[in-house]
Amino acid sequence: MNDLMTVVDWSRWQFALTAMYHWLFVPLTLGLSVIVGIMETAYYRTRDPRRLAMTKFWMTLFGINFAVGVATGIILEFEFGTNWSNYSWFVGDIFGAPLAIEGLFAFFMESTFIAIMFFGWNKVSARFHLAATWLTALGASISALWILVANAWMQYPVGMEFDPAQMRNVMDDFWAVALSPVAIHKFFHAVFDGWVLAGVFVCGVSAWLLLKGRRREMAISSIKIGAWTGFIGLVLTIWTGDQSAVDVARVQPMKLAAMEGLYNGSTSQELVAFGILKGGHERLSDADPFHFKIGIPYGLSILANHDPGSFVPGINDIIAGISVNADGDTVSTVSYADRIMLGKKAHEALRAFDSALAAGDSTAMAEARADIKECYPYFGYGYLDSPEEAVPPVGVTFYSFRVMVIAGGYLLLFLLVALWSVYRRPSLWKSRLWLWIAVISVPVVWICSQAGWVTAEVGRQPWIIQDLMPTRAAISAIPAGSVILTFWIFAAVFTALLAAEVTIMIRQINKKEEE
Amino acid sequence: MYPKYDILRWPAKIGRFYIDGFRSMTVGRKLWMLIIIKLIIIFGILKLFFFPDILERDYATDKQRADAVRAMLIDRSR
Repeated sequence: MNDLMTVVDWSRWQFALTAMYHWLFVPLTLGLSVIVGIMETAYYRTRDPRRLAMTKFWMTLFGINFAVGVATGIILEFEFGTNWSNYSWFVGDIFGAPLAIEGLFAFFMESTFIAIMFFGWNKVSARFHLAATWLTALGASISALWILVANAWMQYPVGMEFDPAQMRNVMDDFWAVALSPVAIHKFFHAVFDGWVLAGVFVCGVSAWLLLKGRRREMAISSIKIGAWTGFIGLVLTIWTGDQSAVDVARVQPMKLAAMEGLYNGSTSQELVAFGILKGGHERLSDADPFHFKIGIPYGLSILANHDPGSFVPGINDIIAGISVNADGDTVSTVSYADRIMLGKKAHEALRAFDSALAAGDSTAMAEARADIKECYPYFGYGYLDSPEEAVPPVGVTFYSFRVMVIAGGYLLLFLLVALWSVYRRPSLWKSRLWLWIAVISVPVVWICSQAGWVTAEVGRQPWIIQDLMPTRAAISAIPAGSVILTFWIFAAVFTALLAAEVTIMIRQINKKEEE
Repeated sequence: MYPKYDILRWPAKIGRFYIDGFRSMTVGRKLWMLIIIKLIIIFGILKLFFFPDILERDYATDKQRADAVRAMLIDRSR
C-alpha cells in the first residue's frame, strides 16, 4: 500500500505540474485571440495603419504564447495511458469522444486559421484575414469546450452506463455529457477567465511600454481594449462562478464544505471572507476549526442556494447523510458509512461477475450485473476504509479558494480604476506607481486563475471520478521510481520552455517601434 | 474559365503560401525551433521511453485489457 500511495501521490503531483503548466498558456490564448480579433476589427473598419500596427504587435505575442503552449496538453494524455491506465480504461469513450472531437475538429481549425493569421497579410483579402482571426479565437474556445466537458464529467458523471464485461462506462446520452450544467458553467467560467487574464496582460504589458517610454499611443489604445475585455470578462466570470458554486453545492457538497472549512452546517450560513484554520482539527471536535475568521452573514447560504435562510451542510452533516437537493431543500441521503457498505457490495458483485464470466455462467452474470447496477452510484466508496477518507484536504481547498476570490476582487478594482482613468484621468497612466501596479497585476491574474483550478481539483479529492473511482484505484501498477524520474524531467523541461517563452516575449515587447 | 484546373492548382498554392510564410518569418523562426525541439522531447523521448500506454503494451486484445482492469479494481478493493 505504501508503494501504491507513493505512485498515487507522485502521479498526482506530476499531473498537477503538467496541467498547471499547460494552463499558463491556455487562458492567454483564449483571451488574447479575442482581443486581437477586436483590434483587427477596428483596423478593418477604419483602415487606420496605427490600428494595424497594434493588431500585429499583440498578434505576435499571441503567436509566441501559442507556439510555446501548443502540445503541452498532449503530455496529460500520455499520463492517462501510463500513470492512470485503470482510469483511462474505466472512462471508456466518455473521455475519448470529447478529446477526439477536440483533436480532430477544434485543434485543426485553430491551427489552419492561425497560419492565415500570420502568413496571410497581403495574401488574402482583409475580410478573409479578419474572419481567420475570429475563427482562430472560436477554434481555441471550442478546443476548451471539449476538454472542459471531459473534466466536468469527472466532477459530475452523467449520461453513461457501466458495463462490467467491458469494464467501461459506456456513453448512452452524448447530450447529457456535453450539456451537463457543470460542463456549461465550467466552460464559460474558464473562457471568460481567459478574457480577464488577457485583458490584464494587455494592460500590464502596455504599462511596461509606458514605463519604458515606447509606443505610447498604441499602449493607451491597447489599455482601452484590454481593460474593457478584462472587465466584461470578469463580470461574466463572477456570474458563471456563482452558477458553478450552485452546481458544487448540489453535486459536490463535500467540496463546498471543504472550501469553507465548514464542519457543521446551519441555516443562514455565513461565508468566511478570510480566516486562519487550526492545523489538525478533528472533524468531530467541538472546538472552533478557526484561529480567527471574518464572516459575511448569510453569505454561504446565498452563494450555495441563492436563499439567505437556506441550510448549507458541513462535512459532518454530509458524512451523516444530510444534504441539499436540486431545489435547495434539505434532504436525507445515504450516509457515508452506508455508501462504503454499498460500494463494497458492488465490488462483491463485480467479483461474482468475474467468476461467472470465467465459468461462462450467463445467469450468474446477469444477476451480478443487476447487483452492480443497483449499487453503482457508490462504487468508488467501496475502496474507502472510513468516511474520513472521503474528505478532501480542507486547508488547500479553503486557502486556494480565498486566493482566487481575493485576487479576483483586486483585479475587479484594478480594471475599474484602469477603465475610469484611461478615459477620465489619463494622467494616472504617467504615474510610475500606477504603471508598476499594472505590471505587477499580470502575475496576480495568473495566480488567480491557477488558484481556481486548485480549488476545483483538490476539492474533489479523493475522487478522480466523483463517487465512482478514487485516485488510488485509478493508478497503474507502475514503479514509483519511474514516476519520480519523469516528474523531475518535466520540471526541468517546463522550466526551460517557460524561460524561453518569457525571454522571447520580453525581447518582442521591448523591440523598438520601427523594427 | 476552367474551374477544375484551378482546383488542381490549390495544393501548390497552399504549399507556396506556407513556404513563403515560413521564409518571411522573423521571430517565428526561433519559435519553430522551439516547437521542433519541444516535439522531439515530447514524442521522441518522453512518449517513446517513459510514457507507454500500459494496457496497449501489456495486453493484445480489448478483452484481455478489460480482464486486467477488472482484476486490478477487484484486488484494490480488498
